[in-house]
Amino acid sequence: MTAFSPSRLARRGSGSRLPDRLFRGSSRVLAWALVVSLIGLGAMLLVNGWGAFATFGPAFVIGTDWDPVKNIYGALPFIVGTLLSSAIALVIAAPIGLLTAIFLAELAPRRVAIPLTFTIELLAAIPSVVFGLWGVFVLSPFLQSTIEAWAVDTLGWIPIFAGPPFGVGLFAAGVILSIMILPTIVSIAREVIGSIPNSQREAMYALGATRWEVVTRAVLPAARSGIAGAIILGFGRALGETMAVTMVIGNAQSIPQSLFDQAQTIASQIATTFNEAQVGIQTSSLIALGLVLLVITLGLNVGARVLVGRTVTGAGGR
Amino acid sequence: MAIKTPVSLNGVLNVPEPAAADRSAPARPETFDAVGAMPAQPAPSPKLQIRGLNVFYGTFRAVRDVDLAIPGRSVTAIIGPSGCGKSTFLRTLNRMHELVPGTRVEGSVRLDGADVYATDVDPVELRRVVGMVFQRPNPFPTMSIYDNVVAGVRLTGRRAKSELDGIVESSLRRAALWSEVKDKLKENGTSLSGGQQQRLCIARALAVDPEVILMDEPASALDPIATLRIEELIAELRETYTIVIVTHNMQQAARVSDQTAFFSMGDDRAGYLVEFGPTSRIFTNPLHQLTEDYVSGRFG
Ligand SMILES: Nc1ncnc2c1ncn2[C@@H]1O[C@H](COP(=O)(O)OP(=O)(O)OP(=O)(O)O)[C@@H](O)[C@H]1O
Ligand SMILES: [Mg+2]
Repeated sequence: MTAFSPSRLARRGSGSRLPDRLFRGSSRVLAWALVVSLIGLGAMLLVNGWGAFATFGPAFVIGTDWDPVKNIYGALPFIVGTLLSSAIALVIAAPIGLLTAIFLAELAPRRVAIPLTFTIELLAAIPSVVFGLWGVFVLSPFLQSTIEAWAVDTLGWIPIFAGPPFGVGLFAAGVILSIMILPTIVSIAREVIGSIPNSQREAMYALGATRWEVVTRAVLPAARSGIAGAIILGFGRALGETMAVTMVIGNAQSIPQSLFDQAQTIASQIATTFNEAQVGIQTSSLIALGLVLLVITLGLNVGARVLVGRTVTGAGGR
Repeated sequence: MAIKTPVSLNGVLNVPEPAAADRSAPARPETFDAVGAMPAQPAPSPKLQIRGLNVFYGTFRAVRDVDLAIPGRSVTAIIGPSGCGKSTFLRTLNRMHELVPGTRVEGSVRLDGADVYATDVDPVELRRVVGMVFQRPNPFPTMSIYDNVVAGVRLTGRRAKSELDGIVESSLRRAALWSEVKDKLKENGTSLSGGQQQRLCIARALAVDPEVILMDEPASALDPIATLRIEELIAELRETYTIVIVTHNMQQAARVSDQTAFFSMGDDRAGYLVEFGPTSRIFTNPLHQLTEDYVSGRFG
């Protein structure tokens, strides 16, 4: 017998490869099921919301009146409310979240970092409606009597700080959203920072860097795409958040005129009016509104990913 | 963050280098033996004087009672079996060990006579004088070749482009990398081969103008040709710098170093210095059986 008898190398009976094939088959089915359901979701929104697009054309997106009595539906106030409330949340939560993540990953001793991380991640477990209640009974009155009152008094001549301070409104929604997206930003950014290999830190230390310089010149640049990802995910969460926002934003049907004005987001508008909506153009408009939100969210994610990809590959520079 | 300038360290760093004159002396007197702990006769004052050095990770003693005098402008090799504390020892020379929580040092390390553990010495300043090159090339991945080289220089606040340009060229030349990268300084540092990356890391260390360079197995992740280039480079650098190199490669130690320190491990797993002397003697005529066994390949 030679060492390489054909039978030794021959493919064994198909029986032994069955698990392999089953595994590959089932994972392929699942992957495609996800893609198909996403497409199906978009198609459902498009079909059912088509009436609104067909009736109003571009005015559905740029129109500023949402009037069930006259059956005119323009979504701009809600688009603006959605983007602004999320942007306020991001302006507050991104720097705080990033600093917190740096503190947890780079500076805090373990016995501080572990309980603190746990607490922050616990924030994510608080039900949205509980945040909403807290926003209505604690946060809004507090903002109204402190920050908002002060800003209107001293900066009121600048249009975006014009009064009156309602408490409930765009600013309160942004603040509550910032708290809600903080755990997302902190935990992802912390993980990304923690995953930067120690050799990068040591390289910087060995050149005579202080701890601060190690963080800002070695760790953060290496982690920047992941940090951008963390912030984008936080933004995405803010865009779609419904319950807490509904309770504190004021549900106004017009474009907010100042930071403290009452407003409305897309998600909140759908949730608050869908039950009473008339079958026909009003329902169709609300569904179309859902499609607009989906497009904004997907567009932001795709755009952000392209941006992140560019920062990584175009890393040469100056 | 403000960078404290340690008055006492800087004061003595400028002491002229007496060892330089001694460089060409044919046979160095056998005064550096650890066995006798201290030089038997007046020797040129060493660049680094280590006395009674013990290093602990928590309660575990990784290095025990090391006495060693490392002369300036020469290459000192540190050899010994894996886990005997070579890296640990090396990192105490520029206080890199302090980055690992729970590490503790007893004894003293003097750089040109100044105690580097003195309370008024800033480790940040110390590491500018005592630089380090690591086992795996670790260029900064988001920086260009140019920015990698001047990363340490920028920490000192020097920004003028003409000055940086000059430093980049001279550092890359000294690291024997200039001709290979001069046309692609804007490219990413990680686009280079492993050996080039390691020379980039050496250039980066040279750019801050150190006096001592610590190298922890700088060629162990490289192929033989890249290794050879690093060794040639070390041979050139010893004219200007004091180099301490950890290596597992006996031939490498024999080729590049002027003197060799052999470390071994005791029963308590603490590393200690067995023998220190001119490389030629360590390899041909060691005083200790342990050294002989190790360099002849019968051990470790
Ligand atoms: N961060 C650390 N924490 C605890 N113990 C450590 C740490 N680093 C090293 N040690 C221990 O200290 C001892 C010496 O380690 P060191 O890395 O200095 O050895 P080495 O001689 O460089 O080995 P090698 O040749 O494999 O690189 C070993 O027993 C090791 O387990
Ligand atoms: Mg080692």
